[in-house]
Amino acid sequence: MDSVTEERAIPTIVGDAIHKHGAHFDALIPILGEVNKELGYIPAAALREVRKQLHGPEERVFVSESQLFSLASFYSMFSTQPRGRHVVQFCESAPCHVQGGRDLIKSLQDVLALKPGETSSDGKWSLVMTSCLGVCAVGPVILVDEDIYGNVTPEQLPMIFAKYD
Amino acid sequence: MKAIRSMVLVSSDPDSRRRGSRKVFDQLQAEIAKYGLADEIKLTEVTDIGRHDAIPMVIVYPEAVAYGPVTPADVPYLVEEHLYKGRIANDLLAPAREMSGRIAWLRSRKGSLPAEQRIVLERAGIVDPESLEDYILNNGYEALAKALTQMKPAEVCAELDKSGLQGRGGAGFPVGRKWSFVAATPGQKKYVICNADESEPGTFKDRLILEGDPFNIVEAVTIAGYAVSADEAYIYVRGEYELAQRRLEIAIQQARAAGLLGRSIMGTAYNLDIHVHSGAGAYICGEETALIESIEGKRGEPRSRPPYPTTHGLWGKPTLVNNVETLANVTSILRNGAAWYRKIGTLSSPGTKVYTILGNVNRTGLIEVPMGITLREVISIYAGGMKNDAAGTEHRTFKLAQTGGSSGSIVPASLQDTPMDFESFRKAGVSLGSGALLICDESTCVVDLVKVLLQFFRFESCGKCTPCRVGTQRCYDILTGITEGRGQLSDLDWLLELGNEMERASNCGLGQTASVPIRDTLKHFRAEVEAHIRLGVCPAGVCPMMAEAVYS
Repeated sequence: MDSVTEERAIPTIVGDAIHKHGAHFDALIPILGEVNKELGYIPAAALREVRKQLHGPEERVFVSESQLFSLASFYSMFSTQPRGRHVVQFCESAPCHVQGGRDLIKSLQDVLALKPGETSSDGKWSLVMTSCLGVCAVGPVILVDEDIYGNVTPEQLPMIFAKYD
Repeated sequence: MKAIRSMVLVSSDPDSRRRGSRKVFDQLQAEIAKYGLADEIKLTEVTDIGRHDAIPMVIVYPEAVAYGPVTPADVPYLVEEHLYKGRIANDLLAPAREMSGRIAWLRSRKGSLPAEQRIVLERAGIVDPESLEDYILNNGYEALAKALTQMKPAEVCAELDKSGLQGRGGAGFPVGRKWSFVAATPGQKKYVICNADESEPGTFKDRLILEGDPFNIVEAVTIAGYAVSADEAYIYVRGEYELAQRRLEIAIQQARAAGLLGRSIMGTAYNLDIHVHSGAGAYICGEETALIESIEGKRGEPRSRPPYPTTHGLWGKPTLVNNVETLANVTSILRNGAAWYRKIGTLSSPGTKVYTILGNVNRTGLIEVPMGITLREVISIYAGGMKNDAAGTEHRTFKLAQTGGSSGSIVPASLQDTPMDFESFRKAGVSLGSGALLICDESTCVVDLVKVLLQFFRFESCGKCTPCRVGTQRCYDILTGITEGRGQLSDLDWLLELGNEMERASNCGLGQTASVPIRDTLKHFRAEVEAHIRLGVCPAGVCPMMAEAVYS
């Protein structure tokens, strides 16, 4: 989504999210979650929009943009920066580490030519380090977008990435 | 309900789906229809049952035969042989986990090893997790009916107290006492929270409980609400567990439609509403006060305690917070009585424990066994022994285990015969934690392992209090120095001192226990750590022993 379409889409996305989860304080995180899901990240304009729509005479949820930003930056499933079309998450927790993750992360950085936290210049890949994904019995585990790959070996990486365009 | 001849279960956990279980399911449906058997055979997707060696798995009842791994191409043969002709398709059977090659242990495990004892996971893998009818046919909602019609709220708390059930989230607090505290706190509005923010590395028991038997948790939360007189409950599920969230939503919807949730439950004056709340990726939200903050729409930063949530919890109201596995015990206890529960496990820690087995062993996965089993038994019986090296030539031996997730203890081989229950472990200075058992062979370097654990803590520290925010970072830096050959003996004293300060001064459990692995390592593996410093070599050959930038 380019920036102009994104700008136009934000009020609708935010409106739908508030409608779905309700205008309450306990809905703030789910609302930001919807925005993150739709846009792939949470732009500052979306935080502004959430504040605006929640400050209505009916909603009366008084929350500041900085409070919203503090949420967006705290939770690891949210991103405040645009990410690549495909996000590769590598589980760096101990169970994956002892089951072969040690070598896998080195190959992963070579194959993608990225360091953890970086996005490739063509906007295709982002490499993100993550904590346990809860599928430890088949470690090491990587998550590409929403697909989980377990028992991953360095040799399998090119095959896995070839599936995404 | 229609009479059915056979029930076919297809595993549908994320791993199985990745390996094509969806196609197997569709193919089964098509083949069953082809033989005109659709009316007699019920086809159901279930979450996996702890076997990662043979997925996608197809299980056929009533014979309880497990096939796996099954590919779509195998399906026509399987349907023709087993479902149409009634013969077991021997060449598709899952690798034998015990002598018979069948998974009869799902129901009656007498005489077949390894025997498990399933209370918490009693129905997982047996019932359709999306069917209330199926749940009720398997003793579902008996416990709630008993509580609502035959017991006063105080009697429910007393029964749990008698059962000796201890919290399974890690701390092992007596559950009956906690329920009584909340019940005794005066107040019109109270809450129940089920903590399903399972983020402890190496732990996925709660995911399997929720995916396999969501109604059990819904029923247990309903009972808890009755016992403490709450009328609103939250189930806080970590954001990554989408399937678990969806199944809970379905369960809540069906229970509401059947009058088992909502207003005047089972025709009594008791009302309860349950919300499923999704987390957004923060380990710290497993801490109960951080979890409460997160539900309130704030950063997940733990509160100072006291006051405890039992008196000042969600929105400042008395709140009962229990872990998924804890709640999963409740229905069985009420149904069968406290005396029955006391017979299982050890004297001081009754009941069963769900363990996740990980690391360098032949069979990783999940087991539920009585409290008090030893680590040696787990490795030799359930995990199938240590795994050989990649070439399959060299036999590897057990070096250490980490019990209970990241902040758990490092257990050396000398302690592997200690019974695993709260009491014995406390005496041995080991924490049972969440039930993750990370088993490592001699190819693991203990310094490298602890460095990874500290990397986790410095990333997940919420940053609210200084001892934890700075302490985890400092420990990580020192350990990195040791792995890169820059270590000094005085570093080890620094590590211990930092650990002590973090334990004493941190605000919550994260900082207080982050140094446990360091302390244990220096207690049991000091020689190996000193070899890095004095000799400049990593005995396991893992650490680079020179500057290397793997992590930015």
